[in-house]
Amino acid sequence: MTVRAEGLALSSGGEAVLHPVTLELQPGLPNVLLGPTGAGKTTLLRLLAGLDRPSAGRLFAEGREVTGQPVRRRNVAMVYQQFINYPTLSVFENIASPLRVAGLKRAEIERRVTEAARLLRLEPYLARRPLELSGGQQQRTAIARALVKRAPLVLMDEPLANLDYKLREELREELPKLFAETGSVFVYATTEPAEALLLGGFVATLSEGRVTQFGRAGEVFRRPGDLATARVFSDPPLNEAPARAEGGRLVLGTGAVMPAPAGVADGACTIGIRAHQVSLEPLPGAVALPAVVRVAEVTGSETYVHLTVGGMDWVVLTPGVQRPEPGQEVTLWLDPQRCLVFGADGRLAAVAALAEAA
Amino acid sequence: MARIAFERLAHGYPGSSAYALKPMDMVWEDAGAYALLGPSGCGKTTLLNIVSGLLRPREGRVLFDGQDVTALSTERRNVAQVFQFPVVYDTMTVRENLTFPLRNRGVPAAAARARVEHVAGLLGLSAMLDRRARNLGADDKQKISLGRGLVRDDVAAILFDEPLTVIDPHLKWELRSRLKELHRQVPVTMIYVTHDQTEALTFADRVVVMSEGEVVQVGTPEALFDRPAHSFVGHFIGSPGMNFLPCAVEGDTAILPGGYRVGLPRPYGRLAGRVELGIRPEFAAIARDGLPVTVRRVEDLGRRRIARVELDGVPFAATLPEGMAVPAEPRLALDPRRLHVYADGRLAEGEG
Repeated sequence: MTVRAEGLALSSGGEAVLHPVTLELQPGLPNVLLGPTGAGKTTLLRLLAGLDRPSAGRLFAEGREVTGQPVRRRNVAMVYQQFINYPTLSVFENIASPLRVAGLKRAEIERRVTEAARLLRLEPYLARRPLELSGGQQQRTAIARALVKRAPLVLMDEPLANLDYKLREELREELPKLFAETGSVFVYATTEPAEALLLGGFVATLSEGRVTQFGRAGEVFRRPGDLATARVFSDPPLNEAPARAEGGRLVLGTGAVMPAPAGVADGACTIGIRAHQVSLEPLPGAVALPAVVRVAEVTGSETYVHLTVGGMDWVVLTPGVQRPEPGQEVTLWLDPQRCLVFGADGRLAAVAALAEAA
Repeated sequence: MARIAFERLAHGYPGSSAYALKPMDMVWEDAGAYALLGPSGCGKTTLLNIVSGLLRPREGRVLFDGQDVTALSTERRNVAQVFQFPVVYDTMTVRENLTFPLRNRGVPAAAARARVEHVAGLLGLSAMLDRRARNLGADDKQKISLGRGLVRDDVAAILFDEPLTVIDPHLKWELRSRLKELHRQVPVTMIYVTHDQTEALTFADRVVVMSEGEVVQVGTPEALFDRPAHSFVGHFIGSPGMNFLPCAVEGDTAILPGGYRVGLPRPYGRLAGRVELGIRPEFAAIARDGLPVTVRRVEDLGRRRIARVELDGVPFAATLPEGMAVPAEPRLALDPRRLHVYADGRLAEGEG
């Protein structure tokens, strides 16, 4: 199965809701739509499903054009954030319903439902009705129903958002295995960068109704093509500092100076660096930046230190447990080798050697 | 502000003799930041509802500053609550929303105004005081919910029930750190219920981990990470959680699946029941020397990589060090200082 969008776009009342999107979705791997609420993820999902008609562009499935074909004429499965189940049917019958509609044999239905129930840890609840289950169990029922159908295109809109953290963790590990087995095209919308990385497939980053980049998750994370992508794909948020490039040097707003990576044109630019790439310990070749501690958050083995740097809020991830006092003055060490530099147009001007390190 | 104590507190739901919350005694210090952490169904919300007075416990007493409040309503207990979904009056301005609880209590207008402006400053809402709440984002609305609790300077405690669930990741960082800053500036008892370990650990000074109606460990974030008292805590805290390998222990040696022997940081006496070796993925690394493993999958988390391996068929999560490719003959190196022994799921105390 392949799914291709060519300039797929949606506008409403003359305003662009989704700017033209061209994508070739990959089978067997999750295609993650990553972006904050309102970025256009659900809009794009609905266009791919055929729930809405695009105002422009074309959609192909298996090489055949399906633009404008309504969802009921296409074999598509969907999972929504707000789970939907048949309240009067048992969990077993909920999962089995698409198979009954398709007229499968009883033994095959039994086999597929049992397999999906095992995967989603629903075996003890098969005889119950959805409303007797917890929210997490109801959502797992909805996911199981989408999977048993083995539709060539499965669209999931933040399917784990309402589940417990640990259950989410387990399903994030299980789902990619499942995706690999079926060969279907999976499209998975999420607001969480960590989820996009964990699912380990392709990522389309969305910002303000635009797909800003599409590629392998690890590559998009390490080489974001522009500032919007870097911001969407950072958790904790991207640390930013305005700077000026002048003759091979970057002059920060704070007055600090560091060598500019090759390829940065003179003029205004923005330095972006992620929390784990900044250090509170001196690094060879690093530039010192004065900062003031706002608050420290201990995670058990590490500490997120929130600071103010030249008037901007930064987060630094440091190893071990540290509890600096709010208001305390500290020095940050910024290694030019670990910085992303974005030009005045927001495009990535240079990715430094070590920004790519895991 | 209040010190909250539970005496032989227990709860069950009507028609069932089973405990939803097993008998417990506990004290939460005045002005502390506590988190109740556990999966759905563990009893954390039941406990929160008993603190707020929404639920009357079947057994035992709840004390606020030594005074029995078990039979008192939520209003009489004077607690403020922040829920999953922000509760704000959409047609009112931010200022009106924040002033509302004070007006209800007959606080003079000038005092109310000063108090609202002070709290708005703490929450970063000053610039939007005269905007209607309707058009604000979920994060700002949640700040208003919190602000309505904070404007009352006599509030006994502020209770949070999964307050960041509907907030986008980027805004979660801002809201969470602001909440933490706030707790330092306004010393009020805060109790935060969540299933999300990151939220619990980063917010609280002390985390109360619950499982199946029982408190399994109370501790600082680092204690829960370094020395989980129970295998449930080891698994639940950390991402991925602690690894547990079935083993036999002889003095200061653990014998692992496949017969591999590992030195322990201290000797152990005779252990009864199911014995396991616990170690976190952070302290187990893929290396060129150590226990032979099969690598099944590598997860790239951006800032670190986790290797999913098998040791003699037992699944195990390890760290793949920065810059290292998976070796042709991968081995697993365990940090000996970070090894713990569990017997029937409980942390075993070694000797010396």
